[in-house]
Amino acid sequence: MKNRKEVLIKLFISTLYLSAFTFGGGYVIVTLMKKKFVDEYHWIEENEMLDLVAIAQSAPGAIAVNGAIVVGYKLAGLIGALTSIIATIIPPFVIISLISVFYAAFRSNVVISELLEGMQAGVGAVIASVVYEMGAGVAQSRSLPSILIMILSFIAACVFQVNVIYIVLVCIGLGIVRTVLHNRKEAGK
Amino acid sequence: MIYLQLFLSFLQIGLFSFGGGYAAMPLIQGQVVTAHGWLTMSEFTDLITISQMTPGPIAINSATFVGIKIAGVPGALAATIGCILPSCVIVTLIAWLYLKYRNMDTLQSILSSLRPAVVAMIASAGVSILISAFWGSSASVSFTDTRWSLVLIFAVCVLLLRKFKMNPIWVMILAGVMKAGFSLIGG
Repeated sequence: MKNRKEVLIKLFISTLYLSAFTFGGGYVIVTLMKKKFVDEYHWIEENEMLDLVAIAQSAPGAIAVNGAIVVGYKLAGLIGALTSIIATIIPPFVIISLISVFYAAFRSNVVISELLEGMQAGVGAVIASVVYEMGAGVAQSRSLPSILIMILSFIAACVFQVNVIYIVLVCIGLGIVRTVLHNRKEAGK
Repeated sequence: MIYLQLFLSFLQIGLFSFGGGYAAMPLIQGQVVTAHGWLTMSEFTDLITISQMTPGPIAINSATFVGIKIAGVPGALAATIGCILPSCVIVTLIAWLYLKYRNMDTLQSILSSLRPAVVAMIASAGVSILISAFWGSSASVSFTDTRWSLVLIFAVCVLLLRKFKMNPIWVMILAGVMKAGFSLIGG
């Protein structure tokens, strides 16, 4: 990887920029981070990114904040985590400060509310596109357990609205069981 | 001392809100409306509306909004720092463990079970965003209530992303502009 200072500057600017556009919750910033750091800069591998998202997901706090911390830490240690968290906090902090002053005018502005509605559809498209790429990756692995986990987790989260924490915990349990079974098989040989 | 109170309240919110986003809402309400009376219920509802309309996590937005209202910019800073502090410590710790032990068999196996689930959870978040975009806040998902202009915008965005590899942030902004444009034409 290139020199540290350059990484930190790029990390700061891209996290700031991503955070300013994360309408619609934590998963949006996570998908945008994947586009930036995996596809564009090639700083992180796709599998590693999914691991980092899982970490962001399973710790308490906002996913966007947690995502910024893991990515920053992975790229440049504690300084990196600090850099990306500051960059992530600045946009909402500034925007909410301004809005709390102009709230009444902001809320009743028709153009702004139309703009924000349209952006929701755009955000949906970005997520759909990223999910398509990542889902295709899982399908191409031709691993039956992985494909099953993906389908079942989707049904649990989307249809039955199961809290994601439980999905993460079940998958961790599954992983442990799979290692134990695998080790027994090895020992039995 | 008000700064310390703000800090401690949001520290609890940061520490106990698992699962992100809406999971934090009842916690924030408990601290900000019920326990301390910093906001009225209708101000709290406004805060949620603002959070949906602006970038940034609900918890951070609330910290800033409540902090400013109660104790100005220093209050907002105290609340925001309280809110992110638990994340900073816990996430850094897990990330450190992950980078150190990720070559272990057990951890590998856990991670390979988790990865497809993460894809599924992102997909699920995408579905709920699209449902709210296409059907708004209307209670039922039906053919006649569909807002077709947004479905069209969605389709155009997917095309721009997949076929023309356009930068996602520009696609999102364009989607907003298209919607505003449609409503101007439609009167």
